[in-house]
Amino acid sequence: MAQRIVPIQITAYTTTTAAGRGKAALLSALRGNRSALRPNDFGPTPLATWIGRVDGVESEPLPRPLADWDCRNNRLAWLGLAGDDFLDAVHAARERHGAARVALVLGTSTSSIGATEDAYRALDVEGRFPEGQRNPLVHTLHSLANFVQHALALEGPCVTVSTACSSSAKVFAAAERMLRLGLVDAAIVGGVDTLCGSVLFGFNALQLVSPSPCRPFDAGRDGISIGEAAGFALLERVDTRAEGGLRLLGYGESSDAHHMSTPHPEGLGAEAALDDALVRAGIDTAAVDYVNLHGTASAKNDEVEAALIARRFPARVHASSTKGFTGHTLGAAGIVEAAASLLAIETGFLPGTVNSATLDAACGPQIRLAPARADVRVALSNSFGFGGSNCVLVLGRDAR
Amino acid sequence: MTTTLRVFVDGIAFWAPTLPGWEVARAAFGGDGMAVDPPLKRPSPDLLAPAERRRAPDSVALAIEVASAAARDADRDPKTLASVFTSAHGDLAVNDYMCTTLATAPTQLSPTRFHNSVHNAASGYWTIGTGCHATSTALTAFGRSFAAGLLEAATQCATDGDAVLLVAFDVQAVGALSTVTKSDGLLATALVLAPERGPRTRAGFELTLQSGPADTVALRSTAALALAGNAMADALPLFEALAGATQATLTMPLSASLALRLVPIAS
Repeated sequence: MAQRIVPIQITAYTTTTAAGRGKAALLSALRGNRSALRPNDFGPTPLATWIGRVDGVESEPLPRPLADWDCRNNRLAWLGLAGDDFLDAVHAARERHGAARVALVLGTSTSSIGATEDAYRALDVEGRFPEGQRNPLVHTLHSLANFVQHALALEGPCVTVSTACSSSAKVFAAAERMLRLGLVDAAIVGGVDTLCGSVLFGFNALQLVSPSPCRPFDAGRDGISIGEAAGFALLERVDTRAEGGLRLLGYGESSDAHHMSTPHPEGLGAEAALDDALVRAGIDTAAVDYVNLHGTASAKNDEVEAALIARRFPARVHASSTKGFTGHTLGAAGIVEAAASLLAIETGFLPGTVNSATLDAACGPQIRLAPARADVRVALSNSFGFGGSNCVLVLGRDAR
Repeated sequence: MTTTLRVFVDGIAFWAPTLPGWEVARAAFGGDGMAVDPPLKRPSPDLLAPAERRRAPDSVALAIEVASAAARDADRDPKTLASVFTSAHGDLAVNDYMCTTLATAPTQLSPTRFHNSVHNAASGYWTIGTGCHATSTALTAFGRSFAAGLLEAATQCATDGDAVLLVAFDVQAVGALSTVTKSDGLLATALVLAPERGPRTRAGFELTLQSGPADTVALRSTAALALAGNAMADALPLFEALAGATQATLTMPLSASLALRLVPIAS
């Protein structure tokens, strides 16, 4: 049974998205109400859609000692780690606790499958991967976490969570459990997903990709825009000597038990995750100031999520989807949107829902198109994925 | 500070083409039984509707088979069980299909195969099939995926105080990917882990993290050795131990520098 948890300290965090490198770039896009989506220019035969692409990934190979791990996803991980002095924060945590006492829990949906796709387009005459593209540690889902553990010289538990679009939200839950039990003293959580044929053509096959920039909760929305991103956070048990700071207050996880690629029509699983998250945080929805919605701009997700928000939250709550800024970054969406929520707590800036013009009739007064300013003590972030995997995070700050 | 997690094994399931079920596997691991000859092709779990059973990827059929068997063995209602699914590579045949199609005719990609390509496909089919709204996760840690899954399941058990279903599986590598990724045959195991000893408890372990490199425990039986090429082979030493009810301590590497240590709890 879910029980109230002791808040966990979020010592540092960073994110790199199509909006740019580091959290200041994301905040600047949110403040300017500027979508970072562009017409799809990815891959040999680009579909007519819009994407959230991180600039410069192609031209920045991994440093020589890490070259064996080179692929787009690990490059983006490396770029992401360089943001916001995050490497310094990791180094300090490693010094403070010892490398074996720092866990690494990363989420990804497709990891480095893009490198495997590239190899399949360049098979040799015997049908083998081309020379120089045969590192088994790259052509597998654990590539990301394995690479980051190696790059950061960490020696604690290291695991990849891969539950589609809830992946890098669920990492917070797994890390909290290890911290609570004292298995480790710190955990690096986060996630990275990069553009690849699998997701672009896969979502296209499901007729879920919009030909134009995605419009979450718009009455005329017609699908998602896929993006890529990296994000990381350093979690520790609260240092009671230090005042202030950001907190993980709770999380909820559930299963829809309905369909592989369509949400439960009444949002049963999403609501169960919400209830679980509220119990762990010891709050009710009246205490929530901001909700970062999953808000993919797919017809069904937004309909179900809008109804959930309308029936459970007071009208004063500001709820928005930031998918129009970054694209749907899939396995990285959890960490990117946790970062957007933490920025709201730190700055009092509540993002709007960019690209959308006319709210769907299913939306209550909570869902906002325009940005706003307010004191944010508690923010929620929703992440829902294929397989009916749901995760809701409750984020806040030191209440003292 | 060393944290000790206590878990009790209330349900056990095992499936490989040569050892299709825990009773067969237990006997073969203990030297009292033989592998099945000819080997079975793949499991056919009742939980899936007949059409679904035929269409399901091997990984899903395997995972559902052992998940159902472990829940039944533990006498637990699957609807209420939290679950941890772990697999080094997920469904390698689906990955091969995806990459082949993307290289040749990307717009012809099958939507069903795409949603079956997510690492949590088995978790999704399981929760849908059983009507389970409890939390379910899907993990990988390459060649250490069983140990990583066991750690996560034990951690959930210790924090939420409920039983957790651990399901571990890997399938045969096929196509061009098999020149790089190694995994032979089909192998799946499942355990129902409980935080307290109960009427169905078969074994108990105290789990601790052990810093530094650890050796993998050598396999003892020819039946287990025959499965050592599967990417989930790091599960085998524990199942040999469960078959023999040995009281020896097991160490399972989590990485080059960390291991999970399992000390049996006397009954």
